[in-house]
Amino acid sequence: MNNGKPLLSVRGLTTEFTTPEGKIARALEDVSFDVMPGQTIGLVGESGSGKTTTLMSLMRLLPAGGRITAGKVMFNDTNLLALSEREMRDYRWKSMAIVFQGAMNALNPVMKVGDQIHEAIMLHNLMDEDAAEKRVKDLLEMVGIARTRRDQYPHQYSGGMRQRAMIAMALACAPDLLFADEPTTALDVMIQAQVLQLLREIQKSLGLAIVLVTHDLGVVAEVCDSVVVMYGGKVAEYGTADHIYNEAQHPYTQKLLEAFPDVSKPGDTLASIPGTPPRLTNLPPGCRFEPRCHLKIEKCSQVNPPLLEVSPKHYVSCILREGAEADL
Amino acid sequence: MNQTPMLEVRGLYKYFPVHQALADSLMRRPHSNVKAVDDVSFSLARGEVLAVVGESGCGKTTIARTLIGLEALTKGEIVFDGKLVNAHSQQPHIGLKQLRKRAQMIFQDPYESLNPRATIFEIVAEPLVVHGMIKDRKERVAAVKSALDDAGLRPAEDYFMRYPHELSGGQRQRVVIASAMVLQPELLIADEPVSMLDVSIRAEILNLLRDLRQKRGISIVFITHDLSTVAYFADRIAVMYLGRMVEIGPAREVLQNPQHPYTKALISVAPVPNPRLRRERVILQGETPNPINLPSGCRFHPRCPVAVDMCKENDPQLIELKQGHQAACLLVTKS
Repeated sequence: MNNGKPLLSVRGLTTEFTTPEGKIARALEDVSFDVMPGQTIGLVGESGSGKTTTLMSLMRLLPAGGRITAGKVMFNDTNLLALSEREMRDYRWKSMAIVFQGAMNALNPVMKVGDQIHEAIMLHNLMDEDAAEKRVKDLLEMVGIARTRRDQYPHQYSGGMRQRAMIAMALACAPDLLFADEPTTALDVMIQAQVLQLLREIQKSLGLAIVLVTHDLGVVAEVCDSVVVMYGGKVAEYGTADHIYNEAQHPYTQKLLEAFPDVSKPGDTLASIPGTPPRLTNLPPGCRFEPRCHLKIEKCSQVNPPLLEVSPKHYVSCILREGAEADL
Repeated sequence: MNQTPMLEVRGLYKYFPVHQALADSLMRRPHSNVKAVDDVSFSLARGEVLAVVGESGCGKTTIARTLIGLEALTKGEIVFDGKLVNAHSQQPHIGLKQLRKRAQMIFQDPYESLNPRATIFEIVAEPLVVHGMIKDRKERVAAVKSALDDAGLRPAEDYFMRYPHELSGGQRQRVVIASAMVLQPELLIADEPVSMLDVSIRAEILNLLRDLRQKRGISIVFITHDLSTVAYFADRIAVMYLGRMVEIGPAREVLQNPQHPYTKALISVAPVPNPRLRRERVILQGETPNPINLPSGCRFHPRCPVAVDMCKENDPQLIELKQGHQAACLLVTKS
């Protein structure tokens, strides 16, 4: 299924912010990956690694002070970065929709949940009032919320239900691509499992492509076909889930996996990564991970390694990657 | 070695009364209660790490708060080092202030549990001031320095005059740990100490707690909803559901040979970081019921995948299955 044309193709995406002090923070640098139709891709990384900024850049919803300075974002055959704001609006919700982080607070507390979904449909002039009303209830049912709860307010919903309602709202205009930003982070393990199961089900029935942003490597392993590991605003490693979890080549990916506790291996020791992620206003000149890397060599502090293919569909940005001896 | 358990909890109940409408109280309708903790007993040996696991609303945080005296208990006994906590009886007892000198708590959110206007030195030294310990300025500086050092903030002097907002989440949680450890407590109660932290930093904090326990022989009650974290360093695991303990036993035993259907479900949904090991999950439908109106019989029966008729009527008690491994389920029998 991965042999076809990508639904979304991101190439060399670079985003910068101007801080209130007037400094330039490079939040994303040279980010590239593909999303195939019907595929789930995971964007993993720690806070500040650029996961959410990537989503916001793709949706062109960057906050004030942020701008995309380079790159191309192809959605089918259209470069989204070349569209006017007016044209871009046609793509949001209808072609690509987003489930925002913190579902607890993303719903309007003084508006009935059903009305909020209804509004999203009507704003895009997709159908008349009656059809939209039916669609609201169908969507709620699809995410496992009783039709009768359409007229309730967010505070009458539990956390898991609010997250489901957010997903229903994102699906309102039948998008081809769904961005989910930490959709399970604030939820209990059991509710998390329910939401992930729901995402898998709707993906299957609607043929949706999903970009899942999370810091939880376990969640990614459970649901993603391919994985982008981000560090300091760059892609550290990108490949199929199997590449990342079983053949990781970037030292950061390797350490991250060792640091993740595994319920199936009680008593295992956990590796930790000393130090903290880099400040985006003061990035190291060479590799972003160099100050914390356990395998670094002298050259790492001078060369900013590009993302290169080490085997089909497996990309690594590290000068110590396999088969790189020739470059050294 | 001292054989007296560090902590013994016997028949602990904590009910929170629900606010009653005026009409209801005029009609003399009975008061209802949120049964946050409903008859829980366990003990903790010296140097042991007990993990208390469960979903939100299962009563795990209430237990932690009750242990350290932040909530008055409704019924039951807490015995710390052989002495009844806060009792007015003839028995040997220990007051709350004494208790808090020897037992300390670490809270979940390092962004909210530090005073933003105090320096790191003031924060870590405060417990010493409160308990009137170490009056000498030089000795106090030394105590703070060694606590920060132990918590992995080195060189400690560099942190003395800094404020919490200058530190990262991981560093803040280290300050929280340092200010708990400055009193050299024997018992640490950690309420989700790593759930707000990034993965790489999470491992550091867990390693730090593990080291402290090995070096100091400190006992830890570790409260969490995340079984994977627990697998890593608990000696025993207690699983809670709706105010009750449903299973307790040695960590490996509980994780590899779980008996209660709730424990089995929890383990099956804990994500495993390997796509080659995607497993069959037992995903419980619905959510934890309201702890005001508890289900009849076994309180897990409405969501239990294997419930039978008798589960609606009989409330199961913990029974010992193997040495130290207990479960409360009508369908589980002694092997």
